[in-house]
Amino acid sequence: MRTIGLTLSLLIATLCIAQAQVSPMVIIKGGEYIPLYGSDSVKVKVASIKMDVYPVTNLQFLNFVKENPKWRRSNVKGLFADKNYLSTWQSDTILGINLKKDTPITEVSWFAAKNYCECQNKRLPTIDEWEYAAMADEELPDARQKKTYNQFILSWYETPKTNKNKIGSTFKNYWGIYDLHGLVWEWTGDFNSVLISGESRKDVDKDSNLFCGTAAIGATDLMNYAAFMRYAFRGSIKANYAMRNLGFRCVKDITDEKL
Amino acid sequence: MKNQFNNYLPNLKVLYVLFAFLLLVASCKKAESTNQDSTTIETRGELVATLTSPPNVPRSVGNRAAKKLLVNMEVLEKEGTMTNGVKYNYWTFGGSVPGSFIRTRVGDEVEFTLKNHPDNKLPHNIDMHAVTGPGGGATSSFVAPGHEIKFSFKTLNPGLYVYHCATAPVGMHIANGMYGLILVEPKGGLPPVDREYYIMQGDFYTKGKNGEPGLQAFDMQKAVDENADYVVFNGSVDALTGDNAIVAEVGETIRLYVGNGGPNLVSSFHVIGEIFDKVHVEGGSLVNENVQTTLIPAGSATIVEFKVEVPGTFILVDHSIFRAFNKGALGMLKVSGEEKKDIYSGTIQEGIYQPEGSGIQEMPNGNKKEVADVEVIKSLEEQLSAGKQIYSQTCFACHQAEGQGIPNAFPPLAKSDYLNADVNRAIGIVLHGKSGEITVNGQKYNSVMTKQVISSEEIADVLTYVYNNWGNNKSVVTTKMVNGVKNSH
Repeated sequence: MRTIGLTLSLLIATLCIAQAQVSPMVIIKGGEYIPLYGSDSVKVKVASIKMDVYPVTNLQFLNFVKENPKWRRSNVKGLFADKNYLSTWQSDTILGINLKKDTPITEVSWFAAKNYCECQNKRLPTIDEWEYAAMADEELPDARQKKTYNQFILSWYETPKTNKNKIGSTFKNYWGIYDLHGLVWEWTGDFNSVLISGESRKDVDKDSNLFCGTAAIGATDLMNYAAFMRYAFRGSIKANYAMRNLGFRCVKDITDEKL
Repeated sequence: MKNQFNNYLPNLKVLYVLFAFLLLVASCKKAESTNQDSTTIETRGELVATLTSPPNVPRSVGNRAAKKLLVNMEVLEKEGTMTNGVKYNYWTFGGSVPGSFIRTRVGDEVEFTLKNHPDNKLPHNIDMHAVTGPGGGATSSFVAPGHEIKFSFKTLNPGLYVYHCATAPVGMHIANGMYGLILVEPKGGLPPVDREYYIMQGDFYTKGKNGEPGLQAFDMQKAVDENADYVVFNGSVDALTGDNAIVAEVGETIRLYVGNGGPNLVSSFHVIGEIFDKVHVEGGSLVNENVQTTLIPAGSATIVEFKVEVPGTFILVDHSIFRAFNKGALGMLKVSGEEKKDIYSGTIQEGIYQPEGSGIQEMPNGNKKEVADVEVIKSLEEQLSAGKQIYSQTCFACHQAEGQGIPNAFPPLAKSDYLNADVNRAIGIVLHGKSGEITVNGQKYNSVMTKQVISSEEIADVLTYVYNNWGNNKSVVTTKMVNGVKNSH
């Protein structure tokens, strides 16, 4: 009975009545890369996709919530979003006093983010897609070896309250995308999957890969502190968490005719 | 039937083992109640732990029974001051670096709640070296921003232990200040002392080099290279100096809980002018006596005890000494009370070091005469303008632009009772230097002024400038007066 209920509500969660929000996208040309937690340094293929140029804003999410009452704070199920969900908003449909329309939406759960993207006929990026796009700095598609690139990311991880900055306030990267680093963390579709996929470690608690020694043993690039922190962060969250520094953006597959 | 029999046998075994165990426990209790296996200590009641920020420590456990001890700690990422003009984004346990001091006794069952503030960007956890269990608690305490997590452990071994964050990248979390100390006292507590303080060393790696102003970001490459810009006690250069110095009175016994958070450097902990009566080596049960400098590994701690016999300022250092004087690993212990000349004679005879001074004074008469002959007559205006220039070149760095000095380090020349009381003494100090304790306008100073290598004429001019400014008594100092002091020895 309970399972049926769950399945039903999951089904309902994916339905939506919404006009697509206006949000520019650009093409990220696919390729290969070696992720931080690669299995034996095997390169991972990433297909070409279109990605939102900016993270989803407070205003865009407000419109979404207005059209989809089930994602209002008072209606949302605990299973899909914890008590921090939109907790700084004044009401179900009024943004918080300190929130601006053009700053990134945060305090949303994975379920809410996922459904938002689906309602735009988009989806959340995978970790690999996100990491692949985020390797770029202004000039290079893969800037991970550059000291300035790492330093920039580390310093924003250390800077408080960057979630209050406007979208587009960081740099435009090689692909034409803004704010992958510098404003907020972003949900990925498979945020909690990467650490369980390892061969002999399938029985190991996923979190334990991120502590002390094991973190170093499993990684391919020990100097990529920024990536360590992203993976640590992803390992600490659950799909119903709504957090002040965690937002999202959407991507779209490219169908043949569009290429 | 066979099955039943087989099922029956183990039960008998269990009973037998249980009986033997009970006998064992009973006999243990009779024989050695003081040396009880700490896993068997029972807890009675609950207690919310008092946590303190450095340099303070909570009260001793005294005679209390082992309890369920509730520890609530919040992780805060926040901007703080490394030294004058230099800011740093610290990550903290409880809002301070090092984090709050936790005081427990053997057998306590600690229920630890770790809260990660919603404004924080990063997940954190805590690895406590006092914990017996996987990850020292780290595997059970991984918590995202805006969430809290609980785990519990029993304190089995007495000692002073480090705790720290162990979230990847571990080095960076520690380098940003995520460490502190947890004390597990033996049954009955440590012997009482007069004062206890909490000090922890840490090394910091900043993008700008030491002293470069502004908000300084963490520099990963320097951390990997172990090339520290700051090595400090209690999180910042000024945490234990000036008004923040720790204090004591003559005759008191002091216990310092000293940790080393690292992330990289090992500390050679030393208190200048003191000898540790006791050192609990590496925070454990081995006690060494009469120790000058004790080594504290990164991720370890030590307890030192000493009685202060004489008054004065005692400097705490990492005796890898460039860290102390160039990177900040310096603290102060100010001891007040009556001098004891038999233990330490004090300032008068030992104060002045004149490697060349005495030689000059013993030069032949002809030289003296020559000195006396050079008598220059200048107007007051000429003296003041020359004196101003000399002041800005020679005196300014310590005594400051308006003669205000630097509190606790360099005495003021403005409205200075010490200066105005005796012109010849002032001339003598410029000529020969001065060290040892003096009292200026009611404040004690105990630093060193080196002798100034400037001519008699220059000394006359600069002192005249000083005496005719900032509310002083307008004395006019002549070259003749300077030479008089010079020749009087």
